[in-house]
Amino acid sequence: MSAPGKLDKALDWFDSRLPIISLMKHSAVEYPTPKNLNYWWNFGSLAGFMLVMMIATGLFLAMQYTPHVDMAFNSVERIMRDVNYGWLIRYLHMNGASMFFVVVYIHVFRGLYYGSYKPPRELLWWIGLVILLLMMGTAFMGYVLPWGQMSLWGATVITNLFSAFPVVGEHIVTLLWGGFSVDNPTLNRFFVLHFLLPFAILGVVVLHVWALHTVKSNNPLGIDVNGPQDTIPFHPYYTVKDFFGIGVFLIVYAVFVFWYPNVLGHPDNYIPANPMVTPPHIVPEWYFLPFYAILRAVPDKLMGVLAMFGAILILFALPWIDSSPVRSGTFRPWFKKAFWLFVIDCFVLGYAGAMPAEGVWITVGRIAAGYYFLHFLVILPLLARFEKTLPLPESIAAPVLKGTAAAALALIAFIAAPGPAHASEGAALRQQSWSWQGAFGAYDEAQLRRGYQVYREVCSACHSMNLVHFRNLSRLGYTEDAVKEFAASYQVADGPDDNGDMFDRKGLPSDRFPAPFPNEQAAKAANGGAAPPDLSLIVKAREGGPDYVFSLLTGFAPQPPDHELPPGKYYNTVFPGNAISMPPQISDGVVEYADGTADNAEQIARDVTAFLQWAAEPELEERHAMGVKVVLFLFVFTALFYALKRRVWASVH
Amino acid sequence: MSADSMKDASRRDFLLHAATAVGVAGAAAAAWPFIDSLNPAADTRALSSIEVDLAPIAVGMAITVKWRGKPVFIRHRTAAEIAAAESVEVDDLRDPQPDSARVTKPGWLILVGVCTHLGCVPLGQKPADPRGDFGGWFCPCHGSHYDTSGRIRKGPAPKNLEVPQYTFLTDTTVRIG
Repeated sequence: MSAPGKLDKALDWFDSRLPIISLMKHSAVEYPTPKNLNYWWNFGSLAGFMLVMMIATGLFLAMQYTPHVDMAFNSVERIMRDVNYGWLIRYLHMNGASMFFVVVYIHVFRGLYYGSYKPPRELLWWIGLVILLLMMGTAFMGYVLPWGQMSLWGATVITNLFSAFPVVGEHIVTLLWGGFSVDNPTLNRFFVLHFLLPFAILGVVVLHVWALHTVKSNNPLGIDVNGPQDTIPFHPYYTVKDFFGIGVFLIVYAVFVFWYPNVLGHPDNYIPANPMVTPPHIVPEWYFLPFYAILRAVPDKLMGVLAMFGAILILFALPWIDSSPVRSGTFRPWFKKAFWLFVIDCFVLGYAGAMPAEGVWITVGRIAAGYYFLHFLVILPLLARFEKTLPLPESIAAPVLKGTAAAALALIAFIAAPGPAHASEGAALRQQSWSWQGAFGAYDEAQLRRGYQVYREVCSACHSMNLVHFRNLSRLGYTEDAVKEFAASYQVADGPDDNGDMFDRKGLPSDRFPAPFPNEQAAKAANGGAAPPDLSLIVKAREGGPDYVFSLLTGFAPQPPDHELPPGKYYNTVFPGNAISMPPQISDGVVEYADGTADNAEQIARDVTAFLQWAAEPELEERHAMGVKVVLFLFVFTALFYALKRRVWASVH
Repeated sequence: MSADSMKDASRRDFLLHAATAVGVAGAAAAAWPFIDSLNPAADTRALSSIEVDLAPIAVGMAITVKWRGKPVFIRHRTAAEIAAAESVEVDDLRDPQPDSARVTKPGWLILVGVCTHLGCVPLGQKPADPRGDFGGWFCPCHGSHYDTSGRIRKGPAPKNLEVPQYTFLTDTTVRIG
């Protein structure tokens, strides 16, 4: 074999002119790493992996997205419905944000526990905090881009934080907005910054790794490396271990993307932004909740904002706040307890931040926010002075601590578990079992066709479905000709023709379902002032999803004697406030099914709910099917890397 | 080296190769959705056929319609134009094709109006346009001449103007695409 010789020569030629190969080799292959790193050290590389994932998915989304207030919402829905695998890329990105924060928060807490901020790693710690701040800004601006209700109102609330500063505050806010409210200029600049900042993060990550490789990795014992006997080369030991970690992580990530893509988001963001109406519960994304709780804990506007920013800024001072020379919490019995109390405190803050700012939650939020600062300003300085630490081991080579991947994963699952973010109102929903639930869940075609019939004959008189096209009906099992026939049975406004006149023509499969009213004002005027909502996304846009829609349709009841109803409203047990403008529409026999299915009200409500579910998530079946394949693949991938990791590490343990 | 450690080493190599192969296969499979997302989306594909009413186009007239974002030339040819197109010696052409292979009804010539050289729109649809040396179309960008069958006769273009897929639904309605 003479080829490697020639290749080596060519590489040498290249490397002597631009030493990029030896640089890579030095930092990703030879890098001497403490041999005792546990699984908590996997989260650094996982964070790097997520950054790449977010940039990759983000680039492809940006190629399809339109940053304009009139088009942003629908361009995202076009990605979900029409772009090939658009739903996959968007859900990877959307859930990727949460996964990125889970990973980074664990990475930060690992640093807190093992004292990775202490000399000589202060600068490394600071750079990491800068990355965290950039991530927060990027995530916030990204959440604005779909231009749903939460996007608009989240942007309004967060940018208004700056108005707390005296004198200049209002000017700063106007400058941020580029207008007098969050509007098109704001959306445009947020899009640009959301695109730019990840690359800034990438640059700071390079500094982070550079600083790391200069001061070298900390380790679970927190003692310095004594010599080569304490270290192993990064490759293959930690590359293989990191790949195993990525496999485990991807399984968790995939479960969210393929089965629970919206569980970490808010249904309100599937309602297009409306500057005239604020949603009843404004809650930030889960990763901001602890800071949000600190903001709300202080009854003064400026002080609240300062406390919130201070909660992160105080971390910059940590290397001096905690002046204990012992790094690792393992040898600090009291610090260890304080650390876990602090972790619990952060969870309590997160929970309080998710709850409405009422009653006991105000008190809980205040106590937890106070404890947050107490930990840094009192407990840590006192511990540093008075704590009696355990004796440190002589060298790393002696004991190798076993961390457990299971513990890390349990933490991910716990953090990511859907919080009780929303106080439910009205009567409990009637939980139904639907055909599309479960790992292999799929739609029942016959039911979808019946549901379409109900929509066509009953709902479509008042409700539009702007995101659904006639061509989509082929998914319900209709032939191409039947779809054309449906389309042709509607008149669609088109034009102008060659004379400049608008004209009506027969509908085509590529047309959207025509709306019953020409505009929102007409819809309001014809319906007693309340415009019937568009139904394309109704199932995704309501807490409780299909169960809510079904319960609402079957939830009409006689008005209780003690309940006052405004004129023109109807009593409904699940509608917020119990007074709904829509009269009961679903009753026995309101449609006549051709396939002989019983046409009682319950069945009709179930069928139309199924149809609306399909309209909201047409990608669901493809998503479930792909998810099963992906997870099976990931199990094989992870098992192989676990086996390989054991082999590679056999000589170290 | 003992037999045991040889076995260990080969098992390790096997695992390394298997894990690498699975990882590379997974990465390759994961790349496909990203690449495919750049292909035309469902809404774009849904617009890929149009129906055109030919009734108002008199003999000798031409119209241009938009199909897949490109101009499509529809010319109602005169008898003289048809005769000119049919009388050409096919073997002498750069892209040999008899006129009969380019039309379904001799009166109606339907072409994608994009020059096969570098994608400009040739002139010749409007009465005042130059039609080149062969009475068809003339591309002003780099001087390609097309005849009354849309075939390349002179200039740098390598191919005849493309004939899109179309079917006559009735005598006066055609579906393109």
